[in-house]
Amino acid sequence: MSGERGVASFRSIALAVAWRSVHNFFTNPAFFVPAIVFPLFFFTAFAGGLSAVGNVPGFDFPSGYTAFQFVFVLLQSAAFGGVFTGFGIARDFESGFARRYLLAASDRRGIVAGYALAALVRTLATWTVLTTVALVAGMEVGGEGVELVALYGLAVFVNLAAMLWAAGVAMRVRSIQGGPFMQFPVFLILFLAPVYVPLSLLSGWIHAVASVNPVTALLESGRGFISGEPTTVALAFAVAVTLPVLFGLWARGGLRRAEAAG
Amino acid sequence: MSSGLRTQVGQLARRSVLRTMRQPAQIVPALVFPLFLLAVNSGGLKSATNIPGFPTDSYLTFALAVPFMQGALFSVMNAGTDLARDIETGFLNRLALTPLRGAALLSGLLAGAVVLGLVQALTYLTVGLVAGAELVTGLGGALVIVALSVSITVAFGTIGLFAALRTGSGEAVQSLFPVFFVFLFISAMALPLELLQTPWFHTVASVNPVTYLLEAFRSLLFEGWEPEKLALGFGIAAAVLAAGMLAASTALKTRLVRT
Repeated sequence: MSGERGVASFRSIALAVAWRSVHNFFTNPAFFVPAIVFPLFFFTAFAGGLSAVGNVPGFDFPSGYTAFQFVFVLLQSAAFGGVFTGFGIARDFESGFARRYLLAASDRRGIVAGYALAALVRTLATWTVLTTVALVAGMEVGGEGVELVALYGLAVFVNLAAMLWAAGVAMRVRSIQGGPFMQFPVFLILFLAPVYVPLSLLSGWIHAVASVNPVTALLESGRGFISGEPTTVALAFAVAVTLPVLFGLWARGGLRRAEAAG
Repeated sequence: MSSGLRTQVGQLARRSVLRTMRQPAQIVPALVFPLFLLAVNSGGLKSATNIPGFPTDSYLTFALAVPFMQGALFSVMNAGTDLARDIETGFLNRLALTPLRGAALLSGLLAGAVVLGLVQALTYLTVGLVAGAELVTGLGGALVIVALSVSITVAFGTIGLFAALRTGSGEAVQSLFPVFFVFLFISAMALPLELLQTPWFHTVASVNPVTYLLEAFRSLLFEGWEPEKLALGFGIAAAVLAAGMLAASTALKTRLVRT
């Protein structure tokens, strides 16, 4: 019985935190507009401005350059949806609202779960717009139902991992000044993957770095799903599951630090 | 320039330079971020040099023009944020009580942008050349690159001043950064104009002044002396400077009337 009450309590805390965060996101243009516009902007700049890269000898992605870049922008928006939720956590600590959460919540893990849910909801809004624009722009999709579900499934894991990373930083720093620490490593790891061309066309140091970058597996697998030629699926999902577990521990440590700080 | 005006400009310029140099948070990102993107893009897009018609066999050389533009974008933020802070803290109100001239205020505030522009240009060029970029115009070309970079940095800085005076908010100035990033991304930043295949993108990039600023840098790096491209680059910088100063002067008058 007490176990059921615990689950109910966790759920109600998570839903309450998520509702407030989602409400803030959708009712404040300063948060909502950049979250929608930035991925579109990157998609436009990469898919439009670099379309000639699709003519590079050895570039043989079956669905074309627009779909090739769409996968990167999808995963990037997933990651930044998580990071920007971390900004919200930091802002809540600065304003003192997060302390009220800590005082009121019987199970404080529900607070983190609520923020994670909010990160997913805001990112789903971005993906809806991004996918619509990509399809209207003529993106070729070779993958079928299950493959596309797998593509978006990977992106959900990326969103969760990035949110937990940012939450860990936010709850340790407890100030929006920690923003660069949340953002820059994510930016770094994303751009040190095969963003513009496949791994096989990279050379030198960037090839060496991209070869060991876990994001490469996510990108290659995502591109395989959208083109209907799945590749590195097991590795990608192993990475996708491992990252949230590791950053979940990181976020839990952050929560304990925040609790200790009062 | 009268000695009074010279003194006013000198005092404010000194303050602006010192304030810039004392804020690593302004200098470090302006140096590190463009160089990081240069490293990533020159590695990631190396194979773009295999596209028929690509003008050089070194993507690093081609991409080296971009940090100078990104550095100028940071100048918008830095110059604007500093002035916005002066407005928010009431320092501008105190200046308004003195016989300080508007021209002195604006010129003095840009001194920090000049110094930062110089540091940025020298750093980007040195790092680029050490990493293996070409510079076919030699030392003369290097000097012109630095001069062009500083001109663009100062010109863009006036837009930051205008935004600060118009809004009086550092946060509003910061929010301009993405807007300017759009100008950079929708230009011939990653590929030459003639290789932009998407029709609407080609059209937008063709009318985007950033494309021609990039072409001026690129001409010095791997084409040779191209007077037309250089004239266009410096001309655009001068036009932005004139428009920015005019807009900032008008906004300054309005702001001082308000206070």
